[in-house]
Amino acid sequence: MTLSRHLTVLRTILRRPGGAIAGAWLACVVLAALFAPLLTPYAYDAQVLKEAFQPSSASHLLGTDEFGRDLLTRLIYGARTSLSVSSISILISVVCGMTLGAAAGYFGGSFDRMVTTVVDLSWSFPEILIALMLVAIIGPGTSGTMAAIAVAYLAQFARLTRAQIMTLKSETFIEAAQSLGASHGHILFRHLVPNALAPVLVSAMLATGDAIILEATLGFFGLGAQPPLPSWGSMMSSGSALLFKAPWIIIFPGLAVAVTVVAINLFGDALIAALDIKDQVRRGK
Amino acid sequence: MTQALLQVEGLTKQFHAGGGLFARQRSMTAVRAVDLTINRAEVVGVVGESGCGKSTLARLVMRLIEPTSGRVRLDGTDITALSPKTLRAARRRMAMVFQDPYSSLDPRYSIADILAEPFVVQSRRMPARTVETMLETVGLPQTMATQYPHQLSGGQRQRIGIARALVLQPEFIVLDEPTASLDVSIQAQIIELLSSLRDRFGLTYLFISHDLGLVRYFCNRIVVMYLGAVCEILPDPKSAPRHPYTSALLASNFSPDPAARRTLAPLAGEIPSPFNLPSGCAFAGRCPRVTDICRMQQPPLVAEGGHAVACFNPL
Amino acid sequence: MTPLLRLTDVCVDIGRKRLLDGIGLTLDRGQVLGLVGESGSGKSLTALAIAGLLPLIGGKVTGGAIHFDGMDLTAIGEARLRSLRGKRFGFVMQNPMTALDAVQRIGEQIDIVSRLHLGLSAQAARLRTLDLMAQLRIAEPSAVAEAYPHQLSGGMKQRIVIAMALAGDPELIIADEPTTALDVTVQAQIIQILTRLSRDRGLALLLITHDMGVVAQVCDRVAVLYAGRIAEERAVEPIFEAPSHPYTAALIGCIPRDGMAPGSLHGIPGAVPVSGRYPSGCRFNPRCTHAADLCRQERPALRALPSGGSVACHFAKAETS
Repeated sequence: MTLSRHLTVLRTILRRPGGAIAGAWLACVVLAALFAPLLTPYAYDAQVLKEAFQPSSASHLLGTDEFGRDLLTRLIYGARTSLSVSSISILISVVCGMTLGAAAGYFGGSFDRMVTTVVDLSWSFPEILIALMLVAIIGPGTSGTMAAIAVAYLAQFARLTRAQIMTLKSETFIEAAQSLGASHGHILFRHLVPNALAPVLVSAMLATGDAIILEATLGFFGLGAQPPLPSWGSMMSSGSALLFKAPWIIIFPGLAVAVTVVAINLFGDALIAALDIKDQVRRGK
Repeated sequence: MTQALLQVEGLTKQFHAGGGLFARQRSMTAVRAVDLTINRAEVVGVVGESGCGKSTLARLVMRLIEPTSGRVRLDGTDITALSPKTLRAARRRMAMVFQDPYSSLDPRYSIADILAEPFVVQSRRMPARTVETMLETVGLPQTMATQYPHQLSGGQRQRIGIARALVLQPEFIVLDEPTASLDVSIQAQIIELLSSLRDRFGLTYLFISHDLGLVRYFCNRIVVMYLGAVCEILPDPKSAPRHPYTSALLASNFSPDPAARRTLAPLAGEIPSPFNLPSGCAFAGRCPRVTDICRMQQPPLVAEGGHAVACFNPL
Repeated sequence: MTPLLRLTDVCVDIGRKRLLDGIGLTLDRGQVLGLVGESGSGKSLTALAIAGLLPLIGGKVTGGAIHFDGMDLTAIGEARLRSLRGKRFGFVMQNPMTALDAVQRIGEQIDIVSRLHLGLSAQAARLRTLDLMAQLRIAEPSAVAEAYPHQLSGGMKQRIVIAMALAGDPELIIADEPTTALDVTVQAQIIQILTRLSRDRGLALLLITHDMGVVAQVCDRVAVLYAGRIAEERAVEPIFEAPSHPYTAALIGCIPRDGMAPGSLHGIPGAVPVSGRYPSGCRFNPRCTHAADLCRQERPALRALPSGGSVACHFAKAETS
C-alpha cells in the first residue's frame, strides 16, 4: 500500500465523528502512557500518608488514594501498564496466530487438521478461563498476564488468518507466481500474508480493547502487575473496598478502561468501514 | 525442418472429490491420455467447452498441478520428472498468461514490481530499463510503471500479464483464454499483439480457447477436446472437420455475416457430468451419427497425414 | 400503427453523471432488435430504463419518453409499472445462477408468475408451466419442475429463466446477454429458442449483446451504442454490408471470419471513455481513424439514412435534414 492510500484511509476514518473522537482519545492515552514521567508531577509510588483520601483539588487533580499517592499520576502510569501489557500480548498473539494460521491454510493436510482442531477446541472456552488457568501455571505478574492474554487470543488470529489464506490461495496471481517458479516462502510472504494482513490487524486492534479488559480483570484479582506498579485493574481492586469512603479511587480507573475500550471499538469500526473489509473480519469470528 | 519444442505423451489427470466421513469418494478424469506435439514457432490451439479439460491440460503442461501419469517434454527435458530446483530453472523457458486479468495481478504491487517479480523469483539481476522496455513492447506508456493494477483497464492489465510472461525471454508460452473476459474490440487488440510478439521473438504458443472462430484465425493447428479426451486434431485451421463434435462446434459459431444466415441446427443436450461418463465414446449421447459400437467402445485417435480423429463414423 | 416500444431522446443520470444521452429506439411485435456495444456503452442501462428498474442502481430518467403500447413508462408511476413487469414484458438476465431462488423448486418459481399475472389457480399454473417447459424443449418437464436450481446445468437454468419470463404471456422480452455465461453449443440452443419464440408468438425481443456474430445471425434491426449515445441504427443486412458509422465498422472488424488473412483482425485502439470524462464533439473521435477537426468540436446529429435507419457521424453519407 502506498502512502497516499494510507492517508486516504486515515482521512475517511477521521471524517466520521465517532472515528475522529475515538482517534483523538486514543492518541491522548497513548501519548500520556509514552511520556508518563514527563507529564506527572509526582512519582507513582510516592506515599504521603497524611494526604490520603483527598478528593480532587488543585494539587491533586483526581485526588489521592489510601496511601496518599496522586491518582492522576497512577492513572497515567496505569495506562502505561495496561496498554503495554495488552498490546504486547496481542502482538505476540498475532505473530504466533498468523504463523500457525498461514501455515495451516497454505500447506493444508494433516497439519491443518491438527491446528484447526486445537483452535476450535480452545475457541469453545472463554478467554478469561484460559487466561486464569495460564496465570495459575506461570504465576502472577506482568509476564504471566502477557502470556495468558497472548494464548487466550491466539485461536482468533489463527482462524482469521487461515480463512484469509484459504481464499487468497485460489487467486490467479498465486498461480502466476507459481508459474514463474516462486518458492513457498515467496508465495507466502510476498503475496498471501501481505494481502491477509489488513483484516488481521484490524481485528488485532479490536482484540486489544478486549485485552485491556482482560488485563484489568486479572489485575482486579491481584494476578496482574504487582504493587507498587499501578495498573487500571489493580487500582480498581484497591478502590472497591473504599467505594463509599473514597469513590474516586475506583471511578477514575473504571472510566479510563471503559472510555478507552469504547474508543478502540469505534476506531476499529471506522477502520473496517474505511478499508471495506467487513466480511473478512467477520469470517474469523 | 520443423523441430518439436513441446511433446506431451499420454498425459492423464484424475481428480478425486468427496471421500469424507459420509461421502463416497468419486473420481473424474479431467484429462485422459493426451498426446500432443508442438513445433517451434507454431501456434497450437486447444478448443472445447467447459469441462473438456483444456485448462487442466494447460496447468499440467506448466506443471502447476501434478499429472496422474504421462510426460511433458520441453525441448527434450522431462518437465514432470524435474526436482523443485531444476524445475525452477526450467520455468525460465516457459510462461503462462491467464484468463482473468483482474485476479492475475497482485493488487498490492505496482506495475514495476509485478514486472520485476520474475527476476526476484529466479534470483537473477534485472537488466536496467527492463520495465520500460517491456511496457513499450506490449504497447503501454512508460508512466504506467508506478501505477497499481486497480488503476488499469482490463485490456491494459492483460498487456501487463503478457509482459510478465515475456520478461524472462521464454521460448514457449501457454495462453489460457487470454481474451475470454475482454470486450471483442480489446480481444482483437490482444490477439494482434500476441501475433506480432510471436513474429518478433519467435515464440511458440499453446492457445487455450472456447472460441473456434478465434482459434481458426490465430492458430496453425487445432486440437479439439471433449470431456478430457482429444477428439480431433486439425492439421490446418481451414481443414474440414471430420469429427461430428468439431462440426457441431463450427455450426454453433455465429459468423458476422447476415448473408450466411442459416437455420441453426444446434446440438441437442448438454455436456454430461464427468463423474459418470458413458462407457463408450463420451460424445455418443449427443452425436447425430451415433451407432451401436460408439456406446460400447472408446474410439481410438487415428491419424491420417497429420489429421487425427477419434470417431468410428467420421464425416 | 404505432410500434410496441418506442424510446425517444431518453436521457439517464446517475448522480450528476449523464450516462445515457438521447437514446431513440423502436421495436415492433415479432421483431428482434439487437442492442450492441462494448461494456460501458450503456446497453444494460437502457434495459433497466425500459423496465423502470433504474432506482435499483440509483439512476433516473431525466429526459425523453419511453412509450410502451401507447403508455409513457416514465410517467405512469411505480405501482402501474410493477403490474406491467412480468405480465407485459419479461426479462432474461445474463447470469441464470442468480436469477433463480436457490431454495425453491423450479416448478413453483415458474408457477408463481402466471398465478400472479394471469390469476391462474395453482393447478392451471402448473399445467401452463409444464407446457412452457415442453415448448422450450426441456426433457421430462414434470421431473425438472420438482428439482432445485443447483441440480440443473447452466443451459437448463437459462431455459427456466426464459420460461419464467414467458409465463406471464408478455409481448416484449428484454434479454441482457442471455448466452454469455453459457457454453458455445448451448448458446446456439438458447439463441434458437429465443428467435423462434419471437417468430411464432409475435413477441418483440430486445437482445442485448456484445457479439456481432449473434446480431448478424438473429436480429432484424440493430442499434449500436457508444458511450451512452446511439451511433447507428439500421436493419441488419445493410449494416453488415456497408456500415455507415466507423464504430460499427470497427466492431464488425473485430470478429475473426473464415478466410481472414493473418494480421487483418483490427481491434479498436484505446478504450470506451469512463462516464463523465467524455471527449467533446463526437465521443468516438479519439479512437476513430477518420476523425477530423469537426469531429472534435461538434456533436454529430443522428441523421436519417437513404436506405432507412439513422447514423450519428459527420462523414456518413446521410440525408441532410
